Amino acid sequence: MKGPQPWRRFLFLALFVSFFFYSASVYTSGTALNEGPVASDAALRGQTLFRENNCWACHQIYGLGGYMGPDLTNVINNPDLGPEYARMFIEVGTDRMPDFQLSDSEIDDLIAYLEYVGAAGNYNPKKGKVTWYGTVEYER
Amino acid sequence: MVQSNTNDSTCRRSGVNFVILGLMSLGGCVLMGLLGAVKYLYPEALSNFEFHQLRPIHVSLAVSWIFLAAIGGIYHYLPNYRNLTLTWPKSMHIHFWIFVVTGLAILGAYLMGNFGGREYWAYPPALSIPIFATWIMFGINICLTMKKEKEPWPVYYWMWMTGIIFFFITFSEAHLYLIPFFNENIIRETTIQWKSYGALVGSWNMLVYGTAMFVMERISGDKQMAHTNQAFLLYILAFIALMIGWSHHVYAVPSAPWVRMLGYIISMAELAILAKIIWEWRQSLTPNQKHAHLISYRFIFASDIWVFLNLILAILISIPAFNLFSHGTHITVAHAMGTTIGINTMILMGSVFLIVEELCGDRFAGWHRSWANQGFWISNISLVVFLGALMVAGSMEAFIEWEDFYERAEAIVPMLLTFSISGVGLIAGLWMIVVAAISMLMPAANEPEAIQAGAE
Repeated sequence: MKGPQPWRRFLFLALFVSFFFYSASVYTSGTALNEGPVASDAALRGQTLFRENNCWACHQIYGLGGYMGPDLTNVINNPDLGPEYARMFIEVGTDRMPDFQLSDSEIDDLIAYLEYVGAAGNYNPKKGKVTWYGTVEYER
Repeated sequence: MVQSNTNDSTCRRSGVNFVILGLMSLGGCVLMGLLGAVKYLYPEALSNFEFHQLRPIHVSLAVSWIFLAAIGGIYHYLPNYRNLTLTWPKSMHIHFWIFVVTGLAILGAYLMGNFGGREYWAYPPALSIPIFATWIMFGINICLTMKKEKEPWPVYYWMWMTGIIFFFITFSEAHLYLIPFFNENIIRETTIQWKSYGALVGSWNMLVYGTAMFVMERISGDKQMAHTNQAFLLYILAFIALMIGWSHHVYAVPSAPWVRMLGYIISMAELAILAKIIWEWRQSLTPNQKHAHLISYRFIFASDIWVFLNLILAILISIPAFNLFSHGTHITVAHAMGTTIGINTMILMGSVFLIVEELCGDRFAGWHRSWANQGFWISNISLVVFLGALMVAGSMEAFIEWEDFYERAEAIVPMLLTFSISGVGLIAGLWMIVVAAISMLMPAANEPEAIQAGAE
């Protein structure tokens, strides 16, 4: 028989189509905001700045990203840290983080972005609730 | 020796330039990794570079190595071992040169601090256009070439085709943030970014596993092993893992719970595959395999061991309760490095040295062979220490209660120093392998006349 066998071709197509349906569900209901907060224009500009300065190389959001610096998910809504604490680091940098020479409005946008991710979710491993069958329930 | 459908050197060397460029990328990748580790430990060192520049260069070169070695193998194996003439041979050369120019442009963008995407694709998105274009050319060329096959397709054709198609899909997904519908929902944007990266790894795994199946078939001479139902079962499970397995990356992202639960179930299904692979691995240890294509065989053998170790870790970190603590720690780095170096690099080195051993025959001897051999042992032993140090550092981060990030970072410095020192050993070993392979893959070392002269 020449080329791919029919049943294997069918299987490939079935999985391929499933992937599209699955992806469509992730793009819509899987990531719908529902009761979560809506991002402001400033937060969206901050998201772009976070990407364009490759902050992801060193920092994490929801535990995703690099390890040079701390996870920033809840840096703004943490009562011990907060927006002014974050602003200070962004403005002057540290020995581990360069001063990116951002303007005041850009720093406001970055803080708005960080405020949003903190309001939308939590990343504190110590506060997750572990179920008996191995999954974790996070506070939103 | 190569069983070419034509004796001309164009066919014999088909894809070899991709392999050489891939080996160069690997050499650069490990060097940038070392510089990144130095910058991490001593931020004031290397004052002309920042960590956020070094890391994407390291990551992009690692991705380049994996793709170039796999692409080069596919371009080489189809015309030389499957008697299939490439449908569009000229496109292979265009693909190569566009890749070189785009790679240099990406490197320049990183050095100038010009970013746009993130993780694997941290460069400005306009530079993805030539990658899209050449990937389409590559996909059309390879799929049309495989379509000429007169026999039923072996599993590695399916794996290559799936890898090619899904790279295109996941690479597209990684750019969805350019569309407002995705970008304006930060949770959606974040989830899809990491969905695309997880599935991207699945797509390159398809190319790499297909290459492994081909190399194992070639070494064993068993033409049936790539046609068994079991081989296809592994393909199907790898396909499902490609589709869904990414979600262990996003357990902490506040997306819908079913997204995380489905990923958990599929990851657990891998336990069954693990048991099967161990059984098959024990069965596959035959004396013939140990002696034929010795260097290539050793790399595949090493990859088997790393598969077991990494699968155990991968399954562990797929358990949400464990992932809760391990995510965002150096355990995740150990997982990433263990799979890219231990599994992907070892398999691809098996492929590289299959090409070297078959192209060069008896000329692959002397210091070349000795360096490849010593490099193999140095890199694998260093990798054990390298990953061990990362695991200890990650476990300290995950399971000890720290006051803050800085206290935690300070506490793991001894582990990261161990990691860096073993990294020097890893670099030395990999460079010895890279130099030995490149010197044998240069045209002068493997022209047919030279082989004949060497044999005489």
